[in-house]
Amino acid sequence: MSPTSLHTAREAIRRVSEDPHRLGHRAHEGEGPLPGAGHGETGPADKRIIVGYGFWIFLLSDIVMFSCFFAAFAVQRNATAGGPGISQIVELPRVALETGALLLSSYTCGLSFAATNARNKLWTQVFLLITGLLGLAFVAMELQEFISLAAHGITPQRSGFLTAFYGLVGLHGLHVTIAGLWLLTMMAQVQVKGFRREIIHRLICFNLFWHALDIVWIGVFTIVYLMGVRG
Amino acid sequence: MFGKLDWSAIPFDQPIPIITSIVLILMILGLLGLVTVKGWWPYLWREWITSVDHKRIGIMYCLLGVVMLIRGFADAIMMRTQQAVAIHSPGYLEPEHYNQIFSAHGTIMIFFAAMPLVIGFMNFVTPLQLGVRDVAFPTLNSVSFWLTASGALLVNISLFIGEFARTGWLPYPPLSETTYSPGVGVDYYLWAVQIAGVGTLMTGINFVTTVLKMRCPGMSYLRMPMFCWTTLSSSLLIVAVFPILTATLAMLSLDRVFGWHYFTNEAGGNPMMFMNLIWAWGHPEVYILVLPAFGIFSEVFSTFSGKPLFGYRSMVAATLFICVMSLMVWLHHFFTMGAGPAVNTFFGIASSVIAVGTGVKIYNWIFTMYGGRVRLTVPMLWSLGFIFTFVIGGLTGVLLAIPPADFITHNSMFLVAHFHNVIIGGVVFALFAGLDYWFPKAFGFRLHEGWGKAAFWFSLLGFWVTFAPLYILGIQGMTRRLQHVNIDAWEPMLWISVAGVALTTLGAICQVTMLVVSILDRDKRRDVTGDPWDGRSLEWATASPPPFFNFAVLPNVEGEEAYWNIKLKAIESQQLAPEPEYREFEMPVNSPVGFYTAAFASLTGFALIWHIWWLAALGLVAAFAGFVVFAWRDVHEFHVPVEEVARAERARRAARKALLEQMAREGSPS
Repeated sequence: MSPTSLHTAREAIRRVSEDPHRLGHRAHEGEGPLPGAGHGETGPADKRIIVGYGFWIFLLSDIVMFSCFFAAFAVQRNATAGGPGISQIVELPRVALETGALLLSSYTCGLSFAATNARNKLWTQVFLLITGLLGLAFVAMELQEFISLAAHGITPQRSGFLTAFYGLVGLHGLHVTIAGLWLLTMMAQVQVKGFRREIIHRLICFNLFWHALDIVWIGVFTIVYLMGVRG
Repeated sequence: MFGKLDWSAIPFDQPIPIITSIVLILMILGLLGLVTVKGWWPYLWREWITSVDHKRIGIMYCLLGVVMLIRGFADAIMMRTQQAVAIHSPGYLEPEHYNQIFSAHGTIMIFFAAMPLVIGFMNFVTPLQLGVRDVAFPTLNSVSFWLTASGALLVNISLFIGEFARTGWLPYPPLSETTYSPGVGVDYYLWAVQIAGVGTLMTGINFVTTVLKMRCPGMSYLRMPMFCWTTLSSSLLIVAVFPILTATLAMLSLDRVFGWHYFTNEAGGNPMMFMNLIWAWGHPEVYILVLPAFGIFSEVFSTFSGKPLFGYRSMVAATLFICVMSLMVWLHHFFTMGAGPAVNTFFGIASSVIAVGTGVKIYNWIFTMYGGRVRLTVPMLWSLGFIFTFVIGGLTGVLLAIPPADFITHNSMFLVAHFHNVIIGGVVFALFAGLDYWFPKAFGFRLHEGWGKAAFWFSLLGFWVTFAPLYILGIQGMTRRLQHVNIDAWEPMLWISVAGVALTTLGAICQVTMLVVSILDRDKRRDVTGDPWDGRSLEWATASPPPFFNFAVLPNVEGEEAYWNIKLKAIESQQLAPEPEYREFEMPVNSPVGFYTAAFASLTGFALIWHIWWLAALGLVAAFAGFVVFAWRDVHEFHVPVEEVARAERARRAARKALLEQMAREGSPS
């Protein structure tokens, strides 16, 4: 057996032992119910599936909450009360940079989980750190945007439109900030406790959360900023 | 230092709240003193406060709900009597106080009485019926409960420190904005409901995951008892709409605290946006409450008719139909607020169509009884009373769903009578039925039948005598929330309504007597077999009260009505199933994190209400610290030794064997 194929085989064994229910690789036909997948025939799902599933449900609820703020923005977009409109406050270069930082952070977040899968603590930590720094850069740029707007008297108290703008963008920023705090505690846990079962589960959830925030940002970027440039 | 808080916040000049508060504080101190003197704290802390057992949490939810039900009922008594005596006179309640009472009544009854009771039943029953040992996230479940309790605490603190909202149970802007409600009342409402709402959202997530991913072997979807289906539907609705409530209340808070303009009347704020958002949550909320109630009735009708539920699959379909449709009818709460005829027509038709799903259910329940051997126990009486009451409530609802008719009855006493008709007749009756039905499972002894029946008849009669006059008053043009009344012709009906409240009070007294009498001679009412009602679903397969791990070995389900099949097999073969091989398993360890979180949530909420910013910041830092400490714990689960499992299971089997032998001697009842 060549070293390469040996490596592949080991990799396959490791995958199966970590993901015994072959999530995302489910047989579509021919096989019976999967033990531990929670489909009713074989009893409760195992912990990894339950945790991931529950977190997905939470993400859906979080997206419903965002949708309310999107709705408010859509309703109040033109309620400028004589103040500045959307096209006057959008600064595309900065937002492009913000978007770049956040999208890149999703990529590094994915890399960190690849390292987690390989049980490589160093690279997990490195990529988590890069993810966090990119997130920090994003939040810092957003704060700078808010501060410079406020310096021109463009505050949420000025009009319904600005309320909805600050509310939607700020809610996303708040989420990224909280995710950053979570990221720090995850790094500490990985460092101190290593790759224990529940810590892997938490890393799965953290990854899902970080990517979800990216998806929401795509919405914010499109609906608030890109559509805002045209006024 | 203390924000807006100073001595003037305590209403020394108003006798009713101050006396109530002092009595309440003395009662609480007395209770705490008793617990301390008796040395019950370690037991309470270990077995209840830090418990992550879904049964314990369910019981605590129900206890919270019952206490708040009494508080809300006291508000109701004050409102009914105030209107009856305030004919051409100011009555005995100041307008400001009266407005707080009706706002508190609605808020407490929905968020802190009905919701905890419904969620309490979901907690206690669902894992048992699914044949599993706990919910998906046991510790999160404890956090949910304590956050709900934290919200309830804040509402009750408002009685003594400051004031409560005067805006109604939904704080409509612009009235609820700082311009028109500068006090802390609306802030109490916002933070209490916000904190409890987060708890409810987590419950929803927990139960969606539990029902979809944690079922015992063989329990496929179409073998689940009806109550599990309604738990699932209700939890799905919670996940779909409670974030809307969170968002809406957050927006109103931003308006109030920072002067933003989501819902203000000026600078581009949009009050109608609040109406739409709050009812996009508010209407599904009604179904979040009533679907589990339907689940309870389904269990009761089937058990006490000795028959499988009629049309089980159509029942599942009707439940899911209602679940989806409930998201499409919110605008019927404000037909009069300026939407065009096309929009009103759409929502009018949608609101009428949703009654079809409920109609299917009503027929299924009636056909379940048809040809069955009906036992008129207390839960069954509540269920029969429900069918009669709820159908009329549904019909008046269909009337309100027709926009032209709604223009006449909108915000009238007719509306008040209608929604009490469906919530009391639907949800509250179900909760009392469920209380009697599952009480033996929870505590191991049955409730007194005579007092239970008395409670039912007084409550049913009391309900109709209270609310039938309100229907008439509504048609005659009386609007809701009147602090005093200037039309003499309305006086007789208002007094009849007061008489109804008196009857309902007798019903409540009977309930309390029932509990006291039953607890006193509990030894005579023991349920030794674990199956006191000849039940059909898995909660009756285990002992009463169940061991903390519910099932020694997870049941293996081979068809619909899981337990009924096991029972029939045992009766036919005159022996129990062969003793299984016991294995060690793991159960989650207790955790104080729920209590800790709620303590700091209460503190932070209080600080935000009174603008004590340093305290709010402290609370948030403490919350983060709690999160880290929790994440750091090393022991999540403990092993339940085989001997303990075997001991519990053998005791249960011995009781079942004795029952089987007794049945053989007397001739089988089924």
